[in-house]
Amino acid sequence: MPSLKDLRNRIASVKATQKITKAMQMVAAAKLRRAQMQAEAARPFAERMSRVLGNLAGGLTAGPDTPRLLSGTGADRTHLLIVCTGERGLCGAFNTNIARLARDHANRLIAEGKTVKIICVGKKGYDVLRRTFGERIIDFVELRSVRQLGFEHAEGIARNVLARFDAGEFDVATLFYARFRSVIAQIPTAQQLIPAQIEATGSASGGGSEAIYDYEPGEAEILATLLPRNIAVQIFRALLENNASFYGAQMSAMDSATRNAGEMIKKQTLTYNRTRQAQITKELIEIISGAEAV
Amino acid sequence: MATFHLELVSPERLLFEGQVESVQLPASEGDMTILPGHSPVITTLKPGILTVSGGTGGAQRLFVRGGFADVNAAGLTILAEQAIPVAELDSARLDAEITAAEQALAGASGADAQIEAGERLSRLQDLRRASLQ
Repeated sequence: MPSLKDLRNRIASVKATQKITKAMQMVAAAKLRRAQMQAEAARPFAERMSRVLGNLAGGLTAGPDTPRLLSGTGADRTHLLIVCTGERGLCGAFNTNIARLARDHANRLIAEGKTVKIICVGKKGYDVLRRTFGERIIDFVELRSVRQLGFEHAEGIARNVLARFDAGEFDVATLFYARFRSVIAQIPTAQQLIPAQIEATGSASGGGSEAIYDYEPGEAEILATLLPRNIAVQIFRALLENNASFYGAQMSAMDSATRNAGEMIKKQTLTYNRTRQAQITKELIEIISGAEAV
Repeated sequence: MATFHLELVSPERLLFEGQVESVQLPASEGDMTILPGHSPVITTLKPGILTVSGGTGGAQRLFVRGGFADVNAAGLTILAEQAIPVAELDSARLDAEITAAEQALAGASGADAQIEAGERLSRLQDLRRASLQ
């Protein structure tokens, strides 16, 4: 049976923890709002980009001079996995979920006899994947010191990926991140980056797809500059979605932690009061029986 | 005067959306002005000044760092890498761009890349001179 002092200390420490988790939840909520706004603000660009790309690629017939970013290298021996996770923990299963999806994907590819290379964005995913795929991780990007995600961060990663692609280091690139559905639902997603997947544009794209375009300078040149840019945009979008998802996950994790702490405090207080009463009763009995003996 | 729909977006946000009368853009093969009913065209942009006239806020001048413009029946969509209103553009910012361009030129390999980086640099320097006056 713990003494009254022990119980008091335990309650005090749980209360302190509850204060911390509560504060973290509030901070995550505020950051989530910002991250969500940022993710929404970036959406138009990505949408227009894929529309323009769809317009362009729709009019292009596959030939030997089609950019390799669009048509692929013709092989799929070496796969590159770009795994975006959070920089921090305390966010429930957020990092583990993304890492698990990436790991399953990698294991499947390895079982098929393909070569797998991994680029980690975010420290937590790196920590998890390092154990299983130590030598397969070819690069690690840390964004811990970044306060506000900007396009230049995505551009940096994209440049890295493209340089490797041009050097023939891989054939297919897949991006892993968590899509933000709501505060309680973040969906780990795998998205193929190279070769680019162009969604077919129907008449819903604003009536532009059936128009005959002029290209300045040339169709091929535009596509050649547009495709690498598209990679950066996709990565940027993934980073933003991931960021929002991270704060969403952290918020709900901290919310349940606060609730658990509350329950624990209730239970401990009950034990504390019972013990205290028992002790008082015991002392009373001692006094009374002492008085009777006199 | 007739108007058409303009969307100006940067990776970070939607900068402008609305009806305008004309847009002058720094296309890579020379500046061009888009008026209502322009034939469909897709062009790349080089660093320069974009002028929007007839919008709700009157004429607007923005500095763009390159990107794409897509003209179709639905209107004009500009995907700018970066767009800053000219009023907010100061020489320090341009200097930073020029330094970046100089570095790109020094690091460029191959004739094509060198020409491209050189053009970019000279254009930025022109802009710098123009903004000082």
